[in-house]
Amino acid sequence: MAEEHDILNIEDLKVRFETEDGTVYAVNGVNLRLGYHKTLGLVGETGAGKTTTALAMLRLVPDPPGVVECKRLEIDGQDVRGMSITKLEQVRGKDISMIFQDPMTALNPVFTVGQQIAESIEIHEHLGKAEALEKAGDMLEMVGIPRARANEYPHQFSGGMKQRVVIAIALACNPKLLIADEPTTALDVTIQAQVLELMNELKEKYDTSMIMITHDLGIVAEVCDEVAVMYAGRIVEQGSLEEVFGKTMHPYTEGLFNSLPNIKNRTAKLKPIHGLMPDPTKLPEGCPFAPRCNYATEDCRKAVPELHRASGTHMVACSAYERDKNFMIDRRKR
Amino acid sequence: MADNILEVRHLKKYFKTSRGMLHAVDDINFTLERKKTLGLVGESGCGKSTTGRAILRLLEPTSGEIIFEGKDLNKLSKTQMRHMRKDMQIIFQDPFSSLDPKKTVSQIIAEPIKENKIITDKLLREERVLELMETVGLAERYINTYPHELDGGRRQRIGIARALAMEPKLIVCDEPVSALDVSIQAQILNLLKDLQEKLGLTYIFITHDLSVVNHFSDDIAVMYLGQIVEKAPAEELFDNPIHPYTQALLSAIPIPELGHQRQRVALRGEITSPIEPPEECRFAKRCLMCNPEICKASVPVLMEVSPSHFVACPLKQKEMGLLK
Repeated sequence: MAEEHDILNIEDLKVRFETEDGTVYAVNGVNLRLGYHKTLGLVGETGAGKTTTALAMLRLVPDPPGVVECKRLEIDGQDVRGMSITKLEQVRGKDISMIFQDPMTALNPVFTVGQQIAESIEIHEHLGKAEALEKAGDMLEMVGIPRARANEYPHQFSGGMKQRVVIAIALACNPKLLIADEPTTALDVTIQAQVLELMNELKEKYDTSMIMITHDLGIVAEVCDEVAVMYAGRIVEQGSLEEVFGKTMHPYTEGLFNSLPNIKNRTAKLKPIHGLMPDPTKLPEGCPFAPRCNYATEDCRKAVPELHRASGTHMVACSAYERDKNFMIDRRKR
Repeated sequence: MADNILEVRHLKKYFKTSRGMLHAVDDINFTLERKKTLGLVGESGCGKSTTGRAILRLLEPTSGEIIFEGKDLNKLSKTQMRHMRKDMQIIFQDPFSSLDPKKTVSQIIAEPIKENKIITDKLLREERVLELMETVGLAERYINTYPHELDGGRRQRIGIARALAMEPKLIVCDEPVSALDVSIQAQILNLLKDLQEKLGLTYIFITHDLSVVNHFSDDIAVMYLGQIVEKAPAEELFDNPIHPYTQALLSAIPIPELGHQRQRVALRGEITSPIEPPEECRFAKRCLMCNPEICKASVPVLMEVSPSHFVACPLKQKEMGLLK
């Protein structure tokens, strides 16, 4: 049968956390589709809802206080929403797996790295202990660690090595979709470059689709085909790497680019986005970015702009484009 | 003659560990001109923060001279040093743990003024606090809030206001924006730049973020395992990196641009241990250009390869005819 579905299809995902101090609206209507063998960069700052979106895909949002609502949540054509826990456990780690940000805390200190990689192989591929450990050794070699080190404990590894182990665990069962949540943020640049190169290689080799959650636009440029920019729990701009980086449309995306020091023009003054992210318990009416936006008008504060197709696969949620089709941001002017 | 505010000579800071001496900072030399910024860059564990702290004697240096405005800080008594610190302040990386959670914004900023008996009158002190808050762009309404009520950017502004309270001449900025989001990071970097111009400050800017240091510094010193391996004016360092480690570091920066093709300078292996390091180039084990005969013969020294550009790579020094 031809693959008619995508690896990931989410419609109108909403996540809120009901806490004593009020309700935190973390994700507010996210639509996301990802084709096979593609890599999507999910970009945004702290509190944008990137990680919560990812956790919701795996149904890992703690409930309570989390409340997840969603019109559609399909991974590889399977509806994850009503799935039983048993079935869900087969999907997690096998079809979809996640690399967490901090390799220092993602590993269990009392098991050897070999045992930790073998664990998911044993469960998902129904192999015996010895065989699973054997395969764990293969995985270690694949991420560039000698298999003899399988008997060592996490504390015996450096940060970069630990993250390689975490990658080995995530890829052990050859998942169709890999979610990497800031996988290199805790690492030094030279080590980061090695890990990114490794991820690029493995992605090619195993034909894995990937969602790369990051705040670093440099990393996006390096590994992603598609980009979705999140702000206050919504996707504000989405498209291919060329579209979003080459023809930036949303003022927030522009602001992110302008906040970065330009390595080729060191004297250029930075143009930060003024103000702060809105409080997720009290989101402003209308466009959540309007209070910080240089182009905002009264209309922007009235209604939340929907994500509209601008051209090709390029989508933008900004009412400036609804008012004036030719509204365009030229970030090369900086 | 250049007006040097600080000169560091043969600065060393060793820590005793159960496996031997850890050479965190090992023979560092540099001079810093008044009103300029020196960027100290390197990866975790290279000794950049220890260097910053040893200069302020927040960590007692093992040996070396720190000449600040003509005085060797290492020879000062504790009391004399306390006085001296009015002129040299520090801004810490983590605005979440560097502020006392039980004090209000006003108390935090006023503390150094009160402790050092700069302004003894309570009302005048509060006036000064308000003035400082305005300088760093903190709205007056936050004066009685506690740090946990504020976001990272505002907390870092408190840290800056506290450092400015003593009217220092030199500020060591230890990863001041690393914990902040990019949009906030840019706000703080612009603030620090404006303050430098307005108040004539000299900065030592410690960071692992190379694009930030390039934007912010006049001179950059690249550290590797406790030593400076290359030092040059920022532009020169980025245009013409000579040390293999600097080349690798610069080539590893992900550039947020379409079609950017990078020629990554590969590294091998893992970092050498800083505990009782051998008398050779500390980068040799990771360097693909390493020639053991030359690189493992002795500890490399910084040599000037072109005006103001210093490199400690024996291979390159030999190539350039500086080393026999």
